[in-house]
Amino acid sequence: MTPLLGLFECELRLSLRQGGDIGLVIGFFVLAVLLYPFGVGPEPELLGRIAAGIIWVAALLAAVLSLDRLFAVDHADGGLDLISLSPAPLELVVLAKGAAHWVTTGLPLCVISPVLALFVDLDPKAIPILTFGLLIGTPALSLLGAIAAALSLGARRPGILVSLLVLPLYLPVLIFGTGAVEAVLAAEGARAHLLLLGAASLAALPVAPLAAAAALRQALD
Amino acid sequence: MESGFATEGALVAERLACRRGERLVFAGLDCRLPAGGALVLSGSNGSGKSSLLRLFATLLAPASGRLLWGGSPVLRDAPRYRALIHYVGHLDATKSALSPREMLRFWAGLRGEAAPAIEPALAAFALGAIADRPCRWLSAGQRRRLALARLVAAPAPIWLLDEPNAALDRDGEARLATLIAEHRAAGGRVAIAAHQAIAVDDAAVIVLDDFAVSADAALAVWQ
Repeated sequence: MTPLLGLFECELRLSLRQGGDIGLVIGFFVLAVLLYPFGVGPEPELLGRIAAGIIWVAALLAAVLSLDRLFAVDHADGGLDLISLSPAPLELVVLAKGAAHWVTTGLPLCVISPVLALFVDLDPKAIPILTFGLLIGTPALSLLGAIAAALSLGARRPGILVSLLVLPLYLPVLIFGTGAVEAVLAAEGARAHLLLLGAASLAALPVAPLAAAAALRQALD
Repeated sequence: MESGFATEGALVAERLACRRGERLVFAGLDCRLPAGGALVLSGSNGSGKSSLLRLFATLLAPASGRLLWGGSPVLRDAPRYRALIHYVGHLDATKSALSPREMLRFWAGLRGEAAPAIEPALAAFALGAIADRPCRWLSAGQRRRLALARLVAAPAPIWLLDEPNAALDRDGEARLATLIAEHRAAGGRVAIAAHQAIAVDDAAVIVLDDFAVSADAALAVWQ
């Protein structure tokens, strides 16, 4: 267990110390959301109706922003060689890195989402469901993102390739995440949407590490 | 701890061939690395020195031939074999935001080493004065010293060193030579890919150009 904990701790320390990383993601998220009132006009009814979509789309884009560095730095500086020689299975390495990515992007996004929801006039009674949806949906973003990050190793423009690979995979998360909020607004139950959202994260939990580890093995050769 | 490995037999390569992309880099390579032994891999650029080290490290799979440890193929129990090797590649794997002390602890932890010898490792390469500064301020030579200090922080019987003396000053080279001599005296083994001259006593030298493959021979291996 020590190698994985060490890896997780190292990742956290790196993002905290390089300061920019977390701040950049949050800054991007906030700006992307705040652009909408300027783009579509400040009418509360219109904004309130699309608020969940705005926040979820901005969250997807913010999560993608930091993905290309998930393995690329280790790949470039030789660290991936040492990681692959460690006794920890590569699948669990992916899980540790994905967890660290979630703590440094998904979690901060959840924390500030209630505040942003007010900016885009989301009905306050839907805010808890929005935040809860982000909380159980963003792990899927980090996990699925790890697959794309591993696949894009060695590519010439990894950042763009990662977005192209991963955004289609994010569709179910987006649909059920916004669906839950809309269900609350329509005074229906959000339970089904939230269950499916949680299912997406749970399904990514074993699938993503297997797929990403296979891609990493390819990249190492 | 290290002397315990001396009895485990030799690391043996049998008819190893290495392919990079479409090109067969070398083929038919036999060698043996016994306890206390040293291999120096030399040859011109592109002759496969680093590739052979990566083969030894199981980071590459051989195109043909096999690698044996204690008589059985290394991949039969890859985790056990990997725990025995230390691979120091030509990249230093230092993170610019972490300090040398944190890097050493991280690398040792990655090997599952619960009680890493951080202070002896820093002392072995005279890194004490810069141990708590971010690695981004380190020079190329200091980064090399830090990468080599991994060898001390978590002991392992087989060292695979890719151009270990590149960027090292004379003091660094002397420290490395001492370390290698001590390691071998304790029954450890070392394989070094060296472009520049490196002083290692009674080492077996493999000149990889001797195993370069002609087009005909390459075809024979392909088939």
